[in-house]
Amino acid sequence: MSPEDRKYTKTHEWIKVEGKTATMGITDHAQHALGDITFVELPAIGKVLKQGQECGVIESVKAASDIYSPVSGKVVEVNSALKDAPEIINQDAHGRGWIVKLSDVDTSQLDSLMGGKEYDTTAGNE
Amino acid sequence: MSDSEFRKTPFYDMHVSLGAQMGPFGGYMMPIRYKGIIQEHNACRKASALFDTCHMGEFMVKGVRAVADLENLVSCDVSSMKAGQCRYGLMCNENGGVIDDLLVYRIGDQEFMIVVNAGTQENDFSWIKSHLSAGTMAENISERTAKFDLQGPASAKIMQKIADQPIADMKYYYFKPNTSGGRKIIVSRTGYTGELGFEIYGDPDLALKLWARCMELGAEPAGLGARDTLRLEIGMPLYGHELNEKRNAAESGFVRSISQTKKFIGSGTVQDAAKKKNSLVGITLEGRRAARNGDIILDEAGAVIGEVTSGSFAPSLEIAIAIGYLTSACSNQGRRILVKNPRQNIPGVVSEMPFYKQATARKPMKDFL
Repeated sequence: MSPEDRKYTKTHEWIKVEGKTATMGITDHAQHALGDITFVELPAIGKVLKQGQECGVIESVKAASDIYSPVSGKVVEVNSALKDAPEIINQDAHGRGWIVKLSDVDTSQLDSLMGGKEYDTTAGNE
Repeated sequence: MSDSEFRKTPFYDMHVSLGAQMGPFGGYMMPIRYKGIIQEHNACRKASALFDTCHMGEFMVKGVRAVADLENLVSCDVSSMKAGQCRYGLMCNENGGVIDDLLVYRIGDQEFMIVVNAGTQENDFSWIKSHLSAGTMAENISERTAKFDLQGPASAKIMQKIADQPIADMKYYYFKPNTSGGRKIIVSRTGYTGELGFEIYGDPDLALKLWARCMELGAEPAGLGARDTLRLEIGMPLYGHELNEKRNAAESGFVRSISQTKKFIGSGTVQDAAKKKNSLVGITLEGRRAARNGDIILDEAGAVIGEVTSGSFAPSLEIAIAIGYLTSACSNQGRRILVKNPRQNIPGVVSEMPFYKQATARKPMKDFL
């Protein structure tokens, strides 16, 4: 069950807004589908992203997939622990496995995203 | 293709009940992973793992001219093999390209078993049949033969518990008829992981029971994902990646498996040093980002010098490694290269294979019983 304290994209990212910053990562469903994560490419701090813009790459043993920003915003922090220990995403995708923190988020775009229940239904039907 | 168009091994239902993620390979739906590729990989390196290899093909070849026929069909020496010995070889076309890589088992003076890859087996069988002497018999026994691999340092103890006769004296690349609960099996001290281990052949219903027994004794089911990372760390080829019908077999550099003295189909090209334009090499990459099959390899000035055929993060080394072909003039160990990547070229170094050097396959069995 995906928590309702955040929003979800069809491309399997989550975003959680707290005050003026938003934290994003990939969903538990996505980490499970990818399998053991072996490499994460993180965006540069200061990079301005548009909603849906590709902002990194996640590699598992078998595959590589792009990460897309759920909303427009500016990268203020990246989870540098993932450089040496990308498996944190497998262990805790919705928590310690966060990937990017954004500021200057366009919160109006959150309405276009899914809640937890809706995401679980969509992801479950794939 | 829908799932129903793929074939199933006798172990299919069990894989599904174990929660395996299934995927197509060589025309079969096969387990890719169960709990996770890295966990399964580590189980094989440190303890023991089980692999469903029923998808592979087995052919029996017998007759007074069987030795001569096989000498003509495969790149390795056959006549010097003893009964009970296995040998790895390549089966080439007239141009020296590789139709398949295979294991030859010498059962007796005039009797052999050939073990081939899944996706190539029908083509292999017709090729073999069309190149046999009139008196040589060939039979495809794949449908009624199940096969699974039990691999890892703990595999010897497990193997001894399921086999009725002792296995302690078995040497690497030798096999022996054995029984389990009185029923016939063939136990072969071979594998595709670099670890001490066995390939076990038997009736499908028996093989399924033995798999379950191995699991009770601690062996962990492992999928094709782990099978691939394990073989990659050892530098073993995967047909369709490192070997194919277009590339001259000599470029693989498998000198011990390619006779330089006998004649075989394709030997004119394979034994001609001038036709070896490229060389198969290992590449150690800087960091964790993987190179993948088909990626272009550049020299430090940016000129194209080769192509990656397999690549992955290597769980036992915790870095990315790759295998590929480089122009022979650029294939020296220690040479710095770049793997072309749309985001950022990945630097690497031509390295000795096997990448992983602590594997147990060739160690004395007594150390593990």
